[in-house]
Amino acid sequence: MRMVSTRDIYGDTLVELGMLRDDLVVLDADVSKATRSAVFAKRFPGRFFNAGVAEQNLVGVAAGLALSGLLPYASTFAVFMAGRAFEQIRNTVAYARVNVKLVGTHGGITVGADGASHQSVEDLALMRSLPGMVVLVPSDANQARQAVFKAAAWSGPVYIRLGRAPTPLIYPCDCSFEIGRANVLREGRDVSLMASGCMLHTALEAADALSREGIGAEVIDVPTLKPLDSSTIAMSARKTRAVVTVEEHSVIGGLGAAVSEFLISSNPVPLVRVGLPDAFGQSGEPEELMDFYGLSTKHVVMAAKKALNLRDRRTSSAFHDCLC
Amino acid sequence: MEVLKYKARGIRKAIVEMIHSAGSGHPGGALSCADVMAALYFCYMRHRPDDPTWTDRDRFVLCKGHAAPVLYATLALAGYFPYEELLTLRKFGSRLQGHPDMKRTPGLDASTGSIGQGLSIACGLALGAKLQGKQWRVFALLGDGDLDEGQTWEAAMFASHYRLYNLVAIIDRNGLQVDGPTEKVMSLEPVCRKWAAFGWRVMEIDGNKMEEVVEALEWAVGGSCGRRTSRPSCIVARTIKGKGVSIMEGNPDFHGRAPSQEEYEIAMRELGTG
Repeated sequence: MRMVSTRDIYGDTLVELGMLRDDLVVLDADVSKATRSAVFAKRFPGRFFNAGVAEQNLVGVAAGLALSGLLPYASTFAVFMAGRAFEQIRNTVAYARVNVKLVGTHGGITVGADGASHQSVEDLALMRSLPGMVVLVPSDANQARQAVFKAAAWSGPVYIRLGRAPTPLIYPCDCSFEIGRANVLREGRDVSLMASGCMLHTALEAADALSREGIGAEVIDVPTLKPLDSSTIAMSARKTRAVVTVEEHSVIGGLGAAVSEFLISSNPVPLVRVGLPDAFGQSGEPEELMDFYGLSTKHVVMAAKKALNLRDRRTSSAFHDCLC
Repeated sequence: MEVLKYKARGIRKAIVEMIHSAGSGHPGGALSCADVMAALYFCYMRHRPDDPTWTDRDRFVLCKGHAAPVLYATLALAGYFPYEELLTLRKFGSRLQGHPDMKRTPGLDASTGSIGQGLSIACGLALGAKLQGKQWRVFALLGDGDLDEGQTWEAAMFASHYRLYNLVAIIDRNGLQVDGPTEKVMSLEPVCRKWAAFGWRVMEIDGNKMEEVVEALEWAVGGSCGRRTSRPSCIVARTIKGKGVSIMEGNPDFHGRAPSQEEYEIAMRELGTG
């Protein structure tokens, strides 16, 4: 299986986009080699601006460029984009609905050896809390390419989270991607696995393992965290009545939170969140970290069984209530 | 010159009226920069009040967003919206929010209010003009508080690095911030040398003397649009907080509170009825 990280496609996609749109400008905060925006800088040096290690100014300048009529994409590591520049994103970008595209690479703990200071596990919670902000978490490199393109056509601020570690390609190069739409990748009757980012592949592996035990898992890719595709999520939850969310982010505020918040007031069903517990990461190999923090395939399988258990217990107690 | 002085007095009266009507707001830092605002909007800036989104207009960013009343007063006097609307300041449903909201108020080029973020936006606007071959210039009005924020200095570096000759920053150096004199709360001096060290052309003036304000803008605009320089320009305008109203002048108490009825009457008397 071909492995490509979602950040690796970023620079090439910017070049593609830059050839189509001469209003595209790209900014970075001294990590252009790591975010891959350097690929664009090499091809279009006159349309690339390095802000130095100054994320707050990066976001403000991007906003000014957008207000002048250009289409700015600004990138840096997710922890510094969403974290350090949060209030700039809130007051300068989101409040005025400025047409800025913010790209946070190195999302999650698969950043690996750099350790907790560089592992963003709360960026999605921060970005999701802002009115009007679109939050995209592409699940593979091909989808990331589409997301970068679709963000350009969207009028208003967009946050795109990309990852550092190479992950398997799931989608074809010309896959369809719509902002606000989730994709049902595999149908199943027993439990819904709703995943985002590199965890989609893990969810698919878990579904394979569950099917070997006779459990039919539905796998839904949720690359748009906001606006959430509530109809697809509701439809699956109504069918299986047991949901597992799977993400490389804190269990607070990300996909698990978004799906729970929606389902609790529409279709309450047992829901188990797979994600970072309320803790910081640490240095290590990505696989070691994913295993340690409970984000491996086996953890998704266990979570699915737990959700099924909760559902069946609830069903039997409801049955018991009826008998009484 | 006399017209500009008259406009500045009109702006000051409007500021006191609207903040008194709102019952809250920041009169001190709005009054201090009324002269600069009058010179900008009634002399130096190219803008069309009947066409607020005119593409080639000069851009203005009020970095010290809490001085919103001075901007609203200026825009109303320039004809962007009816003068009476000033009395809706800070009220529910008003187009005149407590801090500038470009989505609501005609004539605004940016939403500001969080100190220290404005100069970055101005840099982006100036860079955008350069990239698109546009002739419009960008004016940013900063307060003392903006100079406390690290982001302002990030932007100052950016402006000189990218040779934003079409950017003019004006510092409303009234010397008082919320908790007291700047040099007691957080020393800012030597302000001029700091901007010069960051690669800017610098001129220091008495920002409440219209003759000096006009001369400084002439210097800044002449140097930038005539492209005699590749550097951004900074005008350090020494001003008096609360200028024009004796009880507010140099009084940090009026950074962020509205005048009482009695204080309001004193202020209006001093600013004249004409």
